[in-house]
Amino acid sequence: MALLEVRDLGVSFATPDGTVNAVNGVNFTLDKGETLGIVGESGSGKSQLSFAIMGLLAKNGRATGSVMFDGREILNAPPHVINPIRANKIAMVFQDPMTSLNPYMRVADQMAEVLIHHKGMGKSEAVQEAVHMLDAVKIPDAKGRVGLYPHEFSGGMRQRVMIAMSLLCRPELLIADEPTTALDVTVQAQIMTLLADLQRDFGMATILITHDLGVVAGFCEDVLVLYGGQVMEQSPVDPLFQTPTHPYTRGLLRAIPRVDHEGEDLDSIPGSPPNMTNAPRGCPFAPRCDFAADDCRDHLAALTEFAPDRWRACNRTLEELA
Amino acid sequence: MVVDTIKMKSLSDRLAAEEVKGRSLWADARHRFLRNKAAVVGLVILFLIGLFAIFGNYVAAWSNEELDFSVMGQVADLGGPSLSNGHYFGTDDLGRDLFARTVQGTRISLMVGIVGSLIAVVVGTLYGATAGYVGGRVDNIMMRTVDILMSIPYMFVLILLLVMFGRSIAMLFIGIGLISWLDMSRIVRGQTLSLKHKEFIEAAQATGVPSFTIIWRHIVPNLLGVVAVYATLLVPLMILTESFISFLGLGVQEPLTSWGALISEGAGTINYGTLWQLAFPLFFFIITLFAFFFVGDGLRDALDPKDR
Amino acid sequence: MTEPLLRVEDLRVTFELKRAGDMPWTKPRLLHAVSGVNFELFPGETLGVVGESGCGKSTLARALIQMVPATGRAVWQGKTDLLSLSRREMLKYRADIQMVFQDPLASLNPRMTVGQIIAEPLKVHKPDLDREEVKTRVKKMMDRVGLLPNQINRYPHEFSGGQCQRIGIARALIVEPKLLICDEPVSALDVSIQAQVINLLAELQRDLGLAMIFIAHDLSVVKHISDRVMVLYLGREMEVATSRDLYAEPQHPYTQALLSAVPIPDPVAERAKVMIPLEGDLPSPLSPPSGCVFRTRCPRAEARCADKVPELTLGDHGVACHFPGPMIGARRAVEPA
Repeated sequence: MALLEVRDLGVSFATPDGTVNAVNGVNFTLDKGETLGIVGESGSGKSQLSFAIMGLLAKNGRATGSVMFDGREILNAPPHVINPIRANKIAMVFQDPMTSLNPYMRVADQMAEVLIHHKGMGKSEAVQEAVHMLDAVKIPDAKGRVGLYPHEFSGGMRQRVMIAMSLLCRPELLIADEPTTALDVTVQAQIMTLLADLQRDFGMATILITHDLGVVAGFCEDVLVLYGGQVMEQSPVDPLFQTPTHPYTRGLLRAIPRVDHEGEDLDSIPGSPPNMTNAPRGCPFAPRCDFAADDCRDHLAALTEFAPDRWRACNRTLEELA
Repeated sequence: MVVDTIKMKSLSDRLAAEEVKGRSLWADARHRFLRNKAAVVGLVILFLIGLFAIFGNYVAAWSNEELDFSVMGQVADLGGPSLSNGHYFGTDDLGRDLFARTVQGTRISLMVGIVGSLIAVVVGTLYGATAGYVGGRVDNIMMRTVDILMSIPYMFVLILLLVMFGRSIAMLFIGIGLISWLDMSRIVRGQTLSLKHKEFIEAAQATGVPSFTIIWRHIVPNLLGVVAVYATLLVPLMILTESFISFLGLGVQEPLTSWGALISEGAGTINYGTLWQLAFPLFFFIITLFAFFFVGDGLRDALDPKDR
Repeated sequence: MTEPLLRVEDLRVTFELKRAGDMPWTKPRLLHAVSGVNFELFPGETLGVVGESGCGKSTLARALIQMVPATGRAVWQGKTDLLSLSRREMLKYRADIQMVFQDPLASLNPRMTVGQIIAEPLKVHKPDLDREEVKTRVKKMMDRVGLLPNQINRYPHEFSGGQCQRIGIARALIVEPKLLICDEPVSALDVSIQAQVINLLAELQRDLGLAMIFIAHDLSVVKHISDRVMVLYLGREMEVATSRDLYAEPQHPYTQALLSAVPIPDPVAERAKVMIPLEGDLPSPLSPPSGCVFRTRCPRAEARCADKVPELTLGDHGVACHFPGPMIGARRAVEPA
């Protein structure tokens, strides 16, 4: 049985201007120790997807479909079902650690609180465990710094604290939502290395949500490409980057400047990502796609498995794209 | 060459294409405001009260100074509201027509409120924006001045002014004008400080737009939302202040009157069975305040949708 | 040899920091945001400036147009020292040096129409133009940067991020500057939009013969657009070279670490990549390390690095390091053609 099984997950929001479908028909399964990358631009619905799994959608949001965690339905589950799972089994790391850390509490107290509350530890034991965890995320002099306030850490260190905190209860699933976007490249490299090490040591399943294809290439085993709330392509990481089969994925890969290639001209994708309050009918990428035909503006083909483990949603066949 | 002419032509076509009308943030705000029922009702009420203040005199059967000798002395029995003798709202204790008096009181009270908040808007915005934008020592001096003025118990000063220089409308305006802009300048300064570091201000500085133009073209228009909201909420405060002063008997002088003065008179005779003398001015007073608060709230929601 | 458009010598920016509660006579703490940067910029050339946050790259740009006070010299066209000009004298040169900002929406006044925004520099620098002429120029410029000219009366919030950045570029170019300073122009944009803006900037630069200072933290973007690249760390130049040399054969250990940290969108290349991890955090710019500022995190640091500040070597490929050299045990990032 898979650790996390997401079936036909959809997220919609009721707004004054009508219903907005932020995410449509997402399917994936994740086993222990696996890594899944969810790639998308702004408005692709990638963050809403993770909020839906965690049951953290805004009040006007509605999630449909099914999310099974360890064989139990957690989507729209009542608080007494979801709360213990959210506290002990699933952890989340956000882009801006400052918003998830209480600026008026010492790091030691914040971390200990989690343990005292969820694991029923005593105070001194909890602080000891907190120091142990800060050591695990390679914060130098963890013992000396556990008594500091969050603002006394640098950006990279704060993200480490955040990760340490999310790992306190030894979660089985870690959802990292743009964990390194606010950080410098060298710090990003440190954090991604750390996440990879921790994932190996703790055997967690990890969902990495990001806009950066480079980060995905280095970290994930499977990738799900979202655009305008729709899954465009879903595949193991190597074939996705070697032979992308969706015009969007292809365009994206050609549009990124690379440090390891000599500078040829970038092929940019014309137009802008869709505005989800006014989403186009049919394939959301159709207005920007070189291969779009009339049928693309009318409907989007269902996600189909064209090779083992490789899925794509496109009205054009692979031959047509060649 | 052929290609070039085609290119040129399409460029001139593009340049001549009909301009699309933009939708400013103001237009968006208006749209949101009009969807807010309470605010629209408030606005309609304010409009009606405005009409009442302006045209009420033409409807009144009596002037505000005439004494109706037929009811004098028997106000409690004969002075009640009635359509037949033309005292729609009844008469006051001296037999003056309460309708005409209420029209006049509405005029004065609204004027006090509006003039007070206008002074606040003009002086407070410019003062606060300048202090915030220039910053440094200038800001320090300007804001400490405001602090000093604020620390003076203004009600006391206002009463003192009215006692020393005599009770007159002009004095009341001066007194209220002196204090009304202080809060406004603080709010505006705070907003300016946060605007100052926005990139569009930096962009203007980088191309060398003069400071005054930056304040005028970039800062002030972006402050107007906050200012408008605060000004609408300030009007009722000013009316309240004036009413309080008038209630104490220090406000406008007879034969002029205001809501506060009318309510004070009405409250004084409440034991003699002339309830209407209190009820009518109080009714106008309360619905106006409510209307202003609703409009203010509506404006705030409309201008800053993120806060909802 | 042609005259450089801009020659910067020993540019320094120092901020005086006052702590809350300091007495007026307390000596303020000094923050050296930029210390002793030198470079030359030729007409039509792009200089990329890279570094991590807090390295002083944005301050450097702002110092050149007198938005922060600086010492040193910035000689414009071999004649005028921009840093010594009074505000009034500087106004003349502001038209020649224009800037594009990071946040596309925040850099546009939300209450003004696109036409008014783009026309603003014209109003300052060419006040004699009549309304019609201004409008024509604005429309032509909008067309040039890929916006529909008939959108002239729209407001910034009606445009997407990429389009807003085009508006920002149009505003900068309307007064026909000779130098365009781009401060992180694409870092707030979506991946698929970045390429559009980079291509547009490159094309405009080619067509208009602009010189450009391109500031970014993204090394791959800088590599793509720059002729020469300067690497900053804690306000100091670490390495400066042509884009090709710097990326193919970085000599400074910091540049090497920086390059190795860039994720490559190719799983195979990414796995094969040799990482040079940087330990620890950026030191506080209030109390930078003695000698070489990078020594606290440098894998090659030795005793003399703490004593002596390494000078930037002269020539085409300048390195400020006591022990410069190619990456140890690393394969070349770019195979020679």
